[in-house]
Amino acid sequence: MANGKNDDAFVVFDRVQKSYDGETLVVKDLNLTLPRGEFLTMLGPSGSGKTTCLMMLAGFETATHGEILLDGRPINNIPPHKRGIGMVFQSYALFPHMTVGENLSFPLEVRGIAKSTREEKIKRALDMVQMGQFANRRPAQLSGGQQQRIALARALVFEPELVLMDEPLGALDKQLREHMQFEITRLAHELGITTVYVTHDQTEALTMSDRVAVFNDGVIQQLAPPDQLYETPQNSFVAQFIGENNTLNGVITAIKGDLCEVKLDNGEVIDAKPVNVSKVGERTCVSIRPERVEVNPARLQPGAHTLKAEVLEFIYMGDIFRTRLRVAGNEDFIVKTRNAPDQVRMTPGTQIDIGWLPQDCRALDA
Amino acid sequence: MASAQSHARRRAFFLVLPLLAFILITFVAPIGQMLHRSFHNDGFTMHEDIGTGVRTPIMTNLKAWFDANPAGTEPTEEAFAALAADMVVLRELKAPGQAGTRINYELSGTRSMFTKAARQAKKLEAPYKDAFLDLDKDWLNPDLWRVMRDASSAYTFNFYLAALDLTRSSDGSIEKVNENRQVYVTLFTRTLFLSVLITFLTFVLGYPIAHLLATLPLRYSNLLMILVLLPFWTSLLVRTTSWMVLLQSQGVVNDSLVGLGLLGDENRLQMMYNQMGTVIAMTHILLPFMVLPLYSVMRPINPSYVRAARSLGATSWTAFRRIYFPQTIPGIGAGALLVFILAVGYYITPALVGGADGQLISNLIAFHMQKSLNWSLAAALAALLLGGILILYWLYDRLIGIDNLKLG
Repeated sequence: MANGKNDDAFVVFDRVQKSYDGETLVVKDLNLTLPRGEFLTMLGPSGSGKTTCLMMLAGFETATHGEILLDGRPINNIPPHKRGIGMVFQSYALFPHMTVGENLSFPLEVRGIAKSTREEKIKRALDMVQMGQFANRRPAQLSGGQQQRIALARALVFEPELVLMDEPLGALDKQLREHMQFEITRLAHELGITTVYVTHDQTEALTMSDRVAVFNDGVIQQLAPPDQLYETPQNSFVAQFIGENNTLNGVITAIKGDLCEVKLDNGEVIDAKPVNVSKVGERTCVSIRPERVEVNPARLQPGAHTLKAEVLEFIYMGDIFRTRLRVAGNEDFIVKTRNAPDQVRMTPGTQIDIGWLPQDCRALDA
Repeated sequence: MASAQSHARRRAFFLVLPLLAFILITFVAPIGQMLHRSFHNDGFTMHEDIGTGVRTPIMTNLKAWFDANPAGTEPTEEAFAALAADMVVLRELKAPGQAGTRINYELSGTRSMFTKAARQAKKLEAPYKDAFLDLDKDWLNPDLWRVMRDASSAYTFNFYLAALDLTRSSDGSIEKVNENRQVYVTLFTRTLFLSVLITFLTFVLGYPIAHLLATLPLRYSNLLMILVLLPFWTSLLVRTTSWMVLLQSQGVVNDSLVGLGLLGDENRLQMMYNQMGTVIAMTHILLPFMVLPLYSVMRPINPSYVRAARSLGATSWTAFRRIYFPQTIPGIGAGALLVFILAVGYYITPALVGGADGQLISNLIAFHMQKSLNWSLAAALAALLLGGILILYWLYDRLIGIDNLKLG
């Protein structure tokens, strides 16, 4: 951990491109710098290039162009077994013909570590994931969650500084997944390891990461800490992909400082915060988060917009109410309200007034 | 509830009944009959008229004499008298050839003695001993009397002895046959050795093919699979004959080698009508039986296992040796067992390309079935082969475990 010179650039992707067929680029001009100890998530739909990036880092794919550096060294020509990177696979890839203990022993054996040290490290790694009693079991005798823990322990047992995880929680049920999300982040921070985590589950990305890189079409759309990603998406893809999002389509009619005027398709005019729109007349997609919409006019803050809306559907979800409205022609406008004692349950068919602050309303590319 | 269950069970039983009958008729019965024949031969005790099916015991007088006198007793006048009486019966039944053939199995050159004596049976008079010796001096041969004593009982293990190159000496103890007549043990050994060699060769050739098949993208692997299966769709005879075209001394391989100057015209390789021909042709023919079980085991092996091993620090060789290979062992076991069992019983290919020293035990079984008509010996050889395979199967079960076997 002490090596000062590279702590801010432990992993570097420098203008990396990848193409499988020589024509279409799966990864286009990727630049990414990871400081030591960071938990970075690559998030994106399938086919967005995130797994390819991970495989290039692990050494199972080679970059067509550009360079990948690990701790200052270019690793393009280093075979996977010499990179010393721990990896957790989606399918866990626990060796079925070996016991849990033998699985964990494998990376230590190939490194020529003495038996006594090996046993000690295995024990420590198993205790770390609370699987101490399972050393003699076969992977097939373990549940999905237990296999997941073993896969994690195996990736950590040889004390790598960098660990890659390829959708490791995809096969688990919701409760277990949430528990493991917590476990993985805890371990990563306790051990101070740098983690690159690939997932298509945005909740996972938001709850676990220090920073999230949102991939689409081979390009990082936005690289930011979770809160920034959610609250200030830089384009409409990120806004749509992260969390729930309401969009209203329109045309920019004026830009005045940090606000712009948008004429919605049904003729109404609202104010919004211009993000990646620049000129008048451009089509835009205005994004508002469901929880930033206020349905109780009494609580509206000064300067807020109000719009007419019709309640279409009311869904009781326990902790919150999810109400679907028709707003400015959009029939999928969602509003989330907390299940508080004074909260009204809206009946479908009623006309209401809703409102939001112009700065919570982001004008993005259409 | 119980009656509904037993009804369902009865119905299920009726469904498998045709299969059971089929197996019984086509499998259990012939094999059982064959095995029975290996230790039961009534050629010297019973005559069955082909036309009427009437069964008449023969050699009864001689049998009575054998029962009354212990083994090794010098044949007395009484014994020859019994023999003469039996000869009369043989002549009436037109059965001397049958009885003589049975004795001839164990002591060659004796069949004609029986036909000749039976022809003269009516004219034989006391003293019978001298009358027989007038016909042939060999009637006093102690070996002949030993063989006749053994054959007078339909049940015998002498065919098994013969199949192991053993015989009984005149005093009844077991000894090896003459060195120049020992064929079967050599042939069994050669069959085992060649089968192991062929199994090994199919493994060495088949493993990479199966791996390619399992890892190539589907459109290429389908094409390769067709190439693997192609031999299955061509007649065995055609395939064997093509090997003859390729391998003979004026064949394609030799011509090419000579044409390239790698081989002098006078040093053409002898690749046919010897063990080499048998090994080459059988390896090719049995290859799919190795490739398919291997493929079926390799196909579902997730490539992430090897990747995981590599990421954990293993070289590609270590990853193969410790992670990939152990997972393919069930397929290797299945393929090896399949190829070995097929090779041990292989017949056509060695018969066509094997020449003299490329023959396998099945060729000798066929010889005794078709040429010498000594079915009991053929049955004994086959039974020994079957026993040997069952022992290997048992060993395999003990060492690797049959439940580890994966045929597809």
